[in-house]
Amino acid sequence: MTGAVSTLFEQVLNGLTLGGIYALIALGYTMVYGVLLMINFAHSELFMIGGVVSWLLLSLLPAGAGVGALTACLVVSMAASGLAAVILDRVAYAPLRRSARLTPLISAIGASLFLQNLVFLWRDSQLSFPRPFAVVRYHFGALEINSLQVLIIATSVALMGALTFFVQKTRLGKAMRAVAQDAETAELMGVPVNRLIALTFLIGGALGGAAGTLNGLYYGSVKYNMGFFPGVKAFTAAVLGGIGNIPGAMLGGFLLGLLESLGAGFLPEPEWKDVFAFAVLILVLILRPSGLLGEHVPEKV
Amino acid sequence: MFLKKFNPVFRAAGPFPKLRRPLAAAACTAVFLALPLLLENTSWAFVIRILGLMGLYGILALGVNLVLGYVGLLDLGFMAFYAIGAYTTALLSLRGVGFWWCLPASVAAAMGVRALLGWTVLRLRGDYLSIVTLGFGEITRITLNNWDSLTNGPKGISLLSSLQVPPMRFFGFPLESNTHFFYLIYAFLALGLVACARLDRSRIGRAWMALRDDELAARAMGVNAPHLKNLAFTLSAGFAGVAGALFVRWENFVTPESFTFWESALLVAMVVLGGMGSLPGVLMGVALIVGLPEVLRSDVFRWIGGAQAVNARYLLFGALLVVMAILRPQGFWPRSAASAALPPQVPRPPDEAERLPPKE
Repeated sequence: MTGAVSTLFEQVLNGLTLGGIYALIALGYTMVYGVLLMINFAHSELFMIGGVVSWLLLSLLPAGAGVGALTACLVVSMAASGLAAVILDRVAYAPLRRSARLTPLISAIGASLFLQNLVFLWRDSQLSFPRPFAVVRYHFGALEINSLQVLIIATSVALMGALTFFVQKTRLGKAMRAVAQDAETAELMGVPVNRLIALTFLIGGALGGAAGTLNGLYYGSVKYNMGFFPGVKAFTAAVLGGIGNIPGAMLGGFLLGLLESLGAGFLPEPEWKDVFAFAVLILVLILRPSGLLGEHVPEKV
Repeated sequence: MFLKKFNPVFRAAGPFPKLRRPLAAAACTAVFLALPLLLENTSWAFVIRILGLMGLYGILALGVNLVLGYVGLLDLGFMAFYAIGAYTTALLSLRGVGFWWCLPASVAAAMGVRALLGWTVLRLRGDYLSIVTLGFGEITRITLNNWDSLTNGPKGISLLSSLQVPPMRFFGFPLESNTHFFYLIYAFLALGLVACARLDRSRIGRAWMALRDDELAARAMGVNAPHLKNLAFTLSAGFAGVAGALFVRWENFVTPESFTFWESALLVAMVVLGGMGSLPGVLMGVALIVGLPEVLRSDVFRWIGGAQAVNARYLLFGALLVVMAILRPQGFWPRSAASAALPPQVPRPPDEAERLPPKE
């Protein structure tokens, strides 16, 4: 009995850890979608850049540099990915603002190939991610939790809290919501739409970069093509919650992480966990066609 | 005299003015079809393979164009149906079924699964539909990867190791070499093109485009939206089934790794880059996206840029995709306004446009 409970607890904890990472990536997809109605398919590369930049910084620092080094890593990787996102937007997406809806998809695929291969030409192998601190295990009776999981869940929740505060309580956040609701009207009201789009990419990219660092820390390695699967999963999470909706992306991320790890724990073969996650996604969308928290938008004539 | 020589209006009125374009097209086609025979025993024989690959992607892209170009549904998991077609033929071939029976079976399997999927998910809109197709594509790939007893898992199925596989023949004529497959693939591509061109001008085609441009208005005019959407969705899988069957018998090998999300995304890129809903455009997009990496890998390019440049070919390819999207946002060969049912926007009357103050 206690065995089953502790297994369940372990799966839930793994799910929340994974879910925190998914949610951070999903926020990048959903914020850009909210403002531009565009799927940023190169977002997974921003996540990868975050991981690789952290790896570079940590391998330059002495081993066992502690939590301070990790904080520095998080900040630097967020800055790098945020900057990369702004450049990506200026170069690949901004010239296509007024073109057909699917054209940015091509430049996103192109940019994604470009960024992956840029890193590939520099380092083409699996890079082992140094852990700046020893992982401590805490025991509560039969239940076990380790400091890595605590750190990842706490960081992702803190970043999401900061984002929610920013979007809901500050002037800039209000402007961002206005642009998402109706860019033209917002522009007429004096909101600098282009700068807000850049800010959206900056924040979305930075959250992706943070996720890249946390992911590297969790799995212990980074690679030039590491972005693909978490990217697809996070995009799924964003849609699951209702794309364009910020709390939806958080909910979707955690839910997908939980589904995946519970699926891995209780299905006969763990490889089927991804099938389980996608199958649940399809079921949810059939029952709720606009995602869990998405609003049903009535059609305009 | 002078005018006659340089004015395009006069120049067009040479001998056989109406035949000129079809004749040029026929000449180009003839040269293209003669290519494998010319290259077969030279050091350029590898080009035949690349051209064959282009033909296969051409068949797939016609399928994507059917849903994306005509009905406007973004499918990010099209490779799943290519996979279903390929595995159907591979598994039947191992049990001694000949190619000409495998082919319809592959088409039926791909279309059957697609019809069931369409029936459940086609009421979803826009990006929600895209993510469901993406999810289905991944489910298919993962299932093929893990259903070891049927598909041999990630190791894939090889037709070469089995004596059960019947040889491929066309009315007794054996089909073995790359050149044979080139002609077989392009024959099917030509069939697909004719089918699409006929659909384009049919009542069904017009209804699809009406749905794409304004679903609400089309429904109000009595277009049966769910039925027609599922028709396009299902028919498109037929193309994937054909391509899958051809692919397996040509390659004699299939693994789940050939059918990733990435391939589906590139297929969409081919259609969008060429020009959605425009058949010559789609073929051009295929040629560009399949051909460019090969050109960047070739000896010619190695000679221009050195060995380092060949390693960076996907970097360059990515950059070129971005540049092409920005330079030609409507695609390289967009569907011309004359053949579209309606112009996309009603132009402002000229006098009113002149009276408006210049912007900024």
